[in-house]
Amino acid sequence: MPLLEAGVRIADPWVVVTEPQAVPADGPVLVPLARLTTERDTLVMRRAPLGVLLPNDAAVADLTVLVDGDLNRLGLIVLAFPAFKDGRAYTQARQIRETHGYRGRLRATGEVLRDQLLFMVRCGFDQVVLDSADPEGDWQTAVTEIAGVYQPTGDGRPTIPALRRHTLRRKGLAA
Amino acid sequence: MYQYDTHDQTLVDQRVAQFRDQVARRLSGALTEEQFKPLRLMNGLYLQLHAYMLRVAIPYGTLSAAQMRMLAQIARRYDRGYGHFTTRQNIQFNWITLAEAPDILADLSRVQMHALQTSGNCIRNVTSDPWAGVAPDEIEDPRITAEILRQWSTLHPEFSYLPRKFKIAITGAPSDRAAVRVHDIGLRMHRDDRGEAGYEVIVGGGLGRTPVIGKTIRPFVPKRHLLSYLEAIMRVYNSFGRRDNMYKARIKILVDAIGITEFRDLVEAEWTTLRETELDVAPETYAAIAAHFAPPAYEALTGTVAEAADGASDAVLARWIRANVAPHRVPGHGIVNVSLKGTDQPPGDATASQMDLLADLAEHYSHGEIRVTHEQNLVLPHVRLSDLPALWAALEAAGLGTPNVGLVSDIIACPGLDYCALANARSIPLAQALTRRFADMDRAQEIGELHINISGCINACAHHHVGHIGILGVDRHGEELYQVTLGGRSDEQAALGKVVGPAVPADRAVDLIAGFVDTYLAIRQPGERFIDTVARVGTTPFKETLHAAA
Repeated sequence: MPLLEAGVRIADPWVVVTEPQAVPADGPVLVPLARLTTERDTLVMRRAPLGVLLPNDAAVADLTVLVDGDLNRLGLIVLAFPAFKDGRAYTQARQIRETHGYRGRLRATGEVLRDQLLFMVRCGFDQVVLDSADPEGDWQTAVTEIAGVYQPTGDGRPTIPALRRHTLRRKGLAA
Repeated sequence: MYQYDTHDQTLVDQRVAQFRDQVARRLSGALTEEQFKPLRLMNGLYLQLHAYMLRVAIPYGTLSAAQMRMLAQIARRYDRGYGHFTTRQNIQFNWITLAEAPDILADLSRVQMHALQTSGNCIRNVTSDPWAGVAPDEIEDPRITAEILRQWSTLHPEFSYLPRKFKIAITGAPSDRAAVRVHDIGLRMHRDDRGEAGYEVIVGGGLGRTPVIGKTIRPFVPKRHLLSYLEAIMRVYNSFGRRDNMYKARIKILVDAIGITEFRDLVEAEWTTLRETELDVAPETYAAIAAHFAPPAYEALTGTVAEAADGASDAVLARWIRANVAPHRVPGHGIVNVSLKGTDQPPGDATASQMDLLADLAEHYSHGEIRVTHEQNLVLPHVRLSDLPALWAALEAAGLGTPNVGLVSDIIACPGLDYCALANARSIPLAQALTRRFADMDRAQEIGELHINISGCINACAHHHVGHIGILGVDRHGEELYQVTLGGRSDEQAALGKVVGPAVPADRAVDLIAGFVDTYLAIRQPGERFIDTVARVGTTPFKETLHAAA
């Protein structure tokens, strides 16, 4: 399925390493949280990018302790939507970005639908695996079809309350 | 009233265009019904047995005359000439086609209305006191906060796929007319020792299959921290609420499972990461929204509602004033409650012409404002006492003059087995039978305040657990029976009713309730309402009625 980053289709350089496989010496690898827990030292000492698949019932704090409190030691965090109705990963994403200051890639997998892309982007996802004939077009529509936002989420968009305060202050200066 | 600015209007207009595209994709088959379902639900569209039902948001139950006229027009053009006001202060249209739904939403957007988040597992339309801004006991107008919450919860990216639906209610007065203790989150405004207004935050209340009275999670949250505190609660619920069983997915189940202390600890820990951020409600933001709710230009008048009733030229008018007009905070004015509970009228229904008339009357007599109550009645909040006779005559002529607000025949009933696939028993025929039994309005006034709630199944849409007399329809081997409870209430002393006796058929239920009323009249002390008597004596004296009737 197509992988998008910031709305553009990209190749996926990450090799998923599940339980029985050996971790390759080189190249970016993506491991489940459970494997990072059991092979933490080996994985963290590798001289290549490390990514983690975080199940949606895991606490973000459980991941941060494995990387000495610094999520930026990771190059990719993959969050799961086992069903589109299951919205736990939205909270995980905001905690990862806003509470823990993670700046690396944050990917949504599972049942990712075009109509959820705006919410995902607003919560801090910059990569999605999207089952679509026109993923780039879908992304573009989804993130632009509703322009205004009321809530601050750390996605950098100015919120409607902030825009209003700005207008009020300008009026105040002009008066 | 709140007026959209260009930001609000653009968002709603873009949402209409988005939904039009989603409907087109559904009609073309590009979206499956399973994929489309959450999208239509977040636009208030349910698929019922025979047609689509559209639930339109009436934020905190406040409507302008122009908005009411648009609802009438929608009822005529897209439905069968009527609408149904709900216990959540919204309105539902029951005969909608999918292809026309985007046009209805476009019509609504022209009067600054929408159907956003009136369904789905998201934060629903915030409800409040229908007497907000005019109640004499009010600390602060709760609509200001309700509007702040409306904006914050609209298309919230983190909380649109919660474990289950989420309902918030707010009261700005000590007399709770918003039932805040039976909501997922209830907010009660009060002042701290420095005189600053803020909120007691109550969490985990609810009715439905598992009725629970909410618990106080924090006795006082200042205004500026409200959104960060609520966001912390929502975040804990989104992370830990059950998703394996929809009947166990509401926040009340989570709070009960881990206990309010642990729940509070989780919320407070999360709150430390959210407070003192852009989520803080800036005083200028609060003030700017408060300006929308500035009181209208009242005339300087004198007189009270009681004086208006005593001085009425006509005994029928006097009776209507006593039952339906409440004291207003401004002298010479009254809060007029319009009953949608006439005999043989399905509770909460209004025809398109009644809606048009109410819009006209609101313009003439109530500064263009109308409210919807959670008892499914309407309110004209700013009426001069001198206008009461003319207003009453106009209402009476349209079948809207029933003098029973808050009385025994002001029954809250769900659609029941007549309309609803979930129901076990019919609700409306029983409501109508009780209305006929208590048709004598002088006697109804003698009985005084008494709330009867009838739900056709355990989903409790009519909130039977908090009816002074609650009635639950059950199915026993194909027979429709009714289980009666006593002593429930949703006010500031919220309590769940206690079951009295076995379930009985409809005709027996009517006799039983008539017997309860007789018992109350026989044993009440001066000034005691039905609920006060039940609180004083318990259910035992009423159970004797049961044996007498058997």
